[in-house]
Amino acid sequence: MRGLLLAALLFAAPAALAQQTGDTYPTYPDFGRPAEVAEPGDGTPPAERVVAGLSSDAVAITASFDGSDILIYGAIKRETPIPDGPPLQVIVTVEGPGQVLTIRRKARRLGIWVNTESLHVGAVPSFYVVATSAPLAQTLLPDYDTRYRISVPLALRAFAGPVEVEDAVAFTEALIRLREADGIYRLDQGAVHVVDQTLFRADVRLPANLIEGEYRTRIFLLRDGRVIDVHRAPIEVRKVGLERWLYRMAFDQPLLYGLMSLAVAVVAGWGASAAFRLMRRQ
Amino acid sequence: MQIYLPIAEVSVNAFTLIGLGGIVGLMSGLFGVGGGFLITPLLFFIGIPPAIAVATGANQVVASSVSGVLAHLRRKTVDFRMGGVLLAGGMVGSWLGVWVFTLLQRLGQVDLVVQLCYVVFLGLIGVMMLQESVRALTARNRTATRKRLHEHNWVHRLPLKVKFRASGLYISVIPPLIVGVLVGVLAAIMGVGGGFIMVPAMIYLLGMPTKVVVGTSLFQITFVTAFTTLMHSISYNTVDIMLAVLLIIGGVTGAQFGTHLGAKLRAEQLRILLALLVLLVCGRLALDLFLRPDDLYSIAPGRT
Repeated sequence: MRGLLLAALLFAAPAALAQQTGDTYPTYPDFGRPAEVAEPGDGTPPAERVVAGLSSDAVAITASFDGSDILIYGAIKRETPIPDGPPLQVIVTVEGPGQVLTIRRKARRLGIWVNTESLHVGAVPSFYVVATSAPLAQTLLPDYDTRYRISVPLALRAFAGPVEVEDAVAFTEALIRLREADGIYRLDQGAVHVVDQTLFRADVRLPANLIEGEYRTRIFLLRDGRVIDVHRAPIEVRKVGLERWLYRMAFDQPLLYGLMSLAVAVVAGWGASAAFRLMRRQ
Repeated sequence: MQIYLPIAEVSVNAFTLIGLGGIVGLMSGLFGVGGGFLITPLLFFIGIPPAIAVATGANQVVASSVSGVLAHLRRKTVDFRMGGVLLAGGMVGSWLGVWVFTLLQRLGQVDLVVQLCYVVFLGLIGVMMLQESVRALTARNRTATRKRLHEHNWVHRLPLKVKFRASGLYISVIPPLIVGVLVGVLAAIMGVGGGFIMVPAMIYLLGMPTKVVVGTSLFQITFVTAFTTLMHSISYNTVDIMLAVLLIIGGVTGAQFGTHLGAKLRAEQLRILLALLVLLVCGRLALDLFLRPDDLYSIAPGRT
């Protein structure tokens, strides 16, 4: 089901999508990007709004970087009393910068396992975590999931260039499976704590193997499976100090960087040889 | 202590890397090999991307071979002219190898070819060493018949003859050039120095005296791996200096312990140990090729 939905989203034309979900389904003005700014429902401002903050809006990758915990907290602002019915739910997503990737499949050729088919994907999030206050299936209606692209399969967007393989679904499923196994894509159900339908907090763990760039945080307020408000905040992830200096140098001045690597090796080799001689003499 | 590698963009335990460098350094001190052919596959095992493992492996070999060649320079056991010819071939080979590497990367077959090269070469060397050291152990007490300095074969009939005084040879430059090219290609593709190919080729093919072989091969390896490191750095930005430094720290320390330990043990037994170790690494890599992988799919960054 998830695969089918994914395939439909990724490959079908907008018209086909509208057909699939019924004519009343609003197609986006800009297909391919989530229409996050669109007002839900009839266009009136929501009765309940999110006010949120992050424990830090920047993460520094230092040499001893070992992952980072981000605390996302906030409150629900409302003019009217708390409505009746099912309780308010909160979903928090953190998305890493997009990456261009190649997914390869191995097959047996002449007795050994060789990469045969490959699929290029463009703008796949390098990191994606969904934290919810209750099981996702009970929190979010599929319509709203497709509109805001919240769940992991839907957060993966369009492929770059033409599709060269027949069963692209298997490739995208593999991408999700591999990245979920690595903890790069994650669904943390129940990780958001909501107190009295007014306050919430979520602890999101950023893993050690982060790449640089702007990570986007989205906080969704939901009632009855419908998104009633969205709040967005960026988190800047940057290499700092030595890490940044080395990385920039490797890409901006590769010749100098290469020479420096060699100098380190030569000095170390010479140093070891000299130290060894000294030790022998004693 | 976790450390974030800026180029590989992975976080690994620094002590694991120093330990790895140390073990390989110990081997190289113990057995007198560069250790590149051990460090690169070990880096694969701990999850360093193959392209970075190969480029950084080459950088680590520079350090260990500089250390070795300095010792040989003091003993005057380096044939500079022969080294120069091998080096000229090596540069061409390294350039060619990096070019082949690009091509393979585009085809998505780098991992396969690097692994295949390792399986084939490690397998061959392991078996050869095992055979030779077992023979040496059994034939210890027999008196060897004295051979001629070197046999005259087809190598000596080629044109472009040059005098190599330190080796006491008057041969064509073509065979050493070819050996150099071959070693350069291997250095670029496998991230190794190639001493394990060059030393037998120099002894059996070129007929060089054993006393200058190791020094001359180290001399050539230093420059070829340096050139390879530079090429990888310029073309792909795949040299991770942080990774290299940690490996080198472990490597140079390990090498000293290895040399001390080596002086106390018997050479033939050491050779058997090394042969078994080489075959073990080879077997582990071969299993990966022949067994069905856990996941048929893999992810690589970029549009290669």
